[in-house]
Amino acid sequence: MSTVNNQTTYNYKVVRQFAIMTVVWGIVGMAVGVLIACQLVWPQLNFDTAWFSFGRLRPLHTNAVIFAFGGSALFATSYYVVQRTCQARLFSDALASFTFWGWQAIIVAAAITLPLGFTSTKEYAELEWPIDIAITIVWVTYAIVFFGTIVQRKTKHIYVANWFYGAFIITIAILHLGNNLAVPVTMWKSYSVYAGTIDAMVQWWYGHNAVGFFLTAGFLGMMYYFVPKQAGRPVYSYRLSIVHFWALISLYVWAGAHHLHYSALPDWAQSAGMVMSLVLLAPSWGGMINGMMTLSGAWHKLRTDPILRFLVVSLSFYGMSTFEGPMMSIKTVNALSHNTDWTVGHVHSGALGWVAMISIGAIYHLIPKLFGLREMYSTSLINAHFWLATIGTVLYIAAMWVNGIMQGLMWRAVNEDGTLTYSFVEALEASHAGYLVRAIGGAVFLSGMLVMAFNVWMTVRQQDAKVLDNVPQAA
Amino acid sequence: MTSFWSAWISVIILGSIFGCWWLLFATRKSQTTDSETENTMGHAFDGIEEYDNPLPKWWFYMFISTIVFALGYLAAYPGLGSYKGFLGWTSHNQWEREVESAEAKFGPLFKELAAKPITELAKDEKALKIGQRLFANNCAVCHGSSAKGAIGFPNLTDNDWLYGGTPEKIKETILGGRNGGMPAKGLNPAMSNSELNDVVNYVLSFSGRAEDQEAAKRGGEMFATACAACHGADAKGNQDIGAPNLTDNTWLYGGTPSRIKQTIEYGRAGVMPSHQALLGEEKVHILASYVYSLSHK
Repeated sequence: MSTVNNQTTYNYKVVRQFAIMTVVWGIVGMAVGVLIACQLVWPQLNFDTAWFSFGRLRPLHTNAVIFAFGGSALFATSYYVVQRTCQARLFSDALASFTFWGWQAIIVAAAITLPLGFTSTKEYAELEWPIDIAITIVWVTYAIVFFGTIVQRKTKHIYVANWFYGAFIITIAILHLGNNLAVPVTMWKSYSVYAGTIDAMVQWWYGHNAVGFFLTAGFLGMMYYFVPKQAGRPVYSYRLSIVHFWALISLYVWAGAHHLHYSALPDWAQSAGMVMSLVLLAPSWGGMINGMMTLSGAWHKLRTDPILRFLVVSLSFYGMSTFEGPMMSIKTVNALSHNTDWTVGHVHSGALGWVAMISIGAIYHLIPKLFGLREMYSTSLINAHFWLATIGTVLYIAAMWVNGIMQGLMWRAVNEDGTLTYSFVEALEASHAGYLVRAIGGAVFLSGMLVMAFNVWMTVRQQDAKVLDNVPQAA
Repeated sequence: MTSFWSAWISVIILGSIFGCWWLLFATRKSQTTDSETENTMGHAFDGIEEYDNPLPKWWFYMFISTIVFALGYLAAYPGLGSYKGFLGWTSHNQWEREVESAEAKFGPLFKELAAKPITELAKDEKALKIGQRLFANNCAVCHGSSAKGAIGFPNLTDNDWLYGGTPEKIKETILGGRNGGMPAKGLNPAMSNSELNDVVNYVLSFSGRAEDQEAAKRGGEMFATACAACHGADAKGNQDIGAPNLTDNTWLYGGTPSRIKQTIEYGRAGVMPSHQALLGEEKVHILASYVYSLSHK
């Protein structure tokens, strides 16, 4: 289409850095997850210290897997994709490098302050105000690098993957600023400017869109590049991508209220949150269909290509959890599922099945290209990782479904005299087996990440591995 | 809600939904074919092309049907600002109806049991079963499922009572709650550290554990001015104000020297919440009989 400027090289250095750290933080974040899963089976694993207590490590786990692992994957792939689909080098190497070191510093700050007990107590936004300011600065820089590159593109149109990455970057900036507005009291303590129900609503407006924009829109951007690229097929439907993109980003911002069903939140806001979540089903599935159908005509490749398998299975989990989510947002279903392990299972079918698997597939696609190689060190190890990841995810979510539905039913069971049949502790005791299965599932998933780390390590250590910036490919 | 905000909410909710509706139909109208073809959009990005395929029909109709459901729901239930919905449903009136039907169903049973005296109910198997379930869900969080308590939460099985163990007193405690306040250093905020250690020794001497007899003796004098007003000159406590008996070697906040010192130095504040509004008098009556039965087997 457009002329290729052979003088232009891409900035692969920052992509390499983020890609490697995706693997590192994946292992760290998931290892903390396995530890706290084990604490729920064997509580003495908190070693009777405050620093290892569940309440402090749980936010460390969520922050590490979402923002360190997922965030690094999004930085790596968005920097790669925006360069290759715009045929332009990143807007600024210095700013890109700043986002890498800044983001890593923020992750380290989180890993220190959360176990020490510094927290704003807002779910997925626990980091205290000095770190929040640092996040803002890095994020704005990220936006400058990304959109600056878009502006300098040599293609006429903007590719669909970049719409999703762009929406993710802009919306996360707004959400982060809106939810973290707080009055600092000391260096490590601040109080939210919102009070009561409003605070809860702002928190879940943020919280659900951390899911909607960080964990969905961003990763759909990833999907739109790596699935057609790995499959070697055109994207199924451009029209579908337009409709589902605009519908997804306009509806998602409404959905947060479904976290506050049957609470002090006004009835109108609960209803609005519920219906928007239901309407969100089709736009979410639009992304799944576009990814899945892209493979039609290339299904045979699944037999030989475990990377493609990762991508396809991630889309299946995406489709499943975006069906489950709207269903759980229905108030009568929510009355059973709320506060149970079902919610935890739902999140992890998205987090392990969708987010982690598509990131892993994308990183396996990226690593050889970033190091001037034809393929990963071992394809059979990728295949082994694929099965470990799939089995781990299935064990995890099945255990949480069983636990969640059981808890919901036990909590609401009533005797003939109107008293509750079970006390909370009885429901907790009954959950023990499920917690054990969950911990095993998590450990299996983590072991897959260790296989990946080995494979990546062996790949980049190969003799002909080069760390060069590549020449753009003709469109 | 003011009419401005009501209108604002309605406009953006309906705007989002009808926006999707419009987008769906506009896209469908502009489709060049009705079935899948090999036609692409004519542009490529890093080698990726895009087909000009139509929206999948089943997906289109699924989208439309969720929108229709959403509009129907917003007509029936509150959602569009201050519009109430034609069903007249609110979360509050749903709750009221549920409480009403529960009262109608279970009320007579509790009424019948609550008419009997606590000492009688404490031997009534049916009442005890209900009481045990009420205890498990309302009391066990603090007092433990075996009712043996924990540090700061009294053991209810040992027939040693802070506020009295008669059926009436137990019921009064559950119904109205209790606020146990032990001021730091008793009535003598100026108590020095060595005087504090003296008092600790004196208190330990009741259970024969004083580490320093001389100090215990000095502590006795301080006890008379700083502690005796509540705990009594004989340190046997006062159930009218919930001041514990210090001579029976039962310790609410732990009986080690360091625990006792902490209690005296910083004081204690124990709260037993009121259950009048939460459970109502009839259920509390049955609960009291269960608690009474724990120490009157």
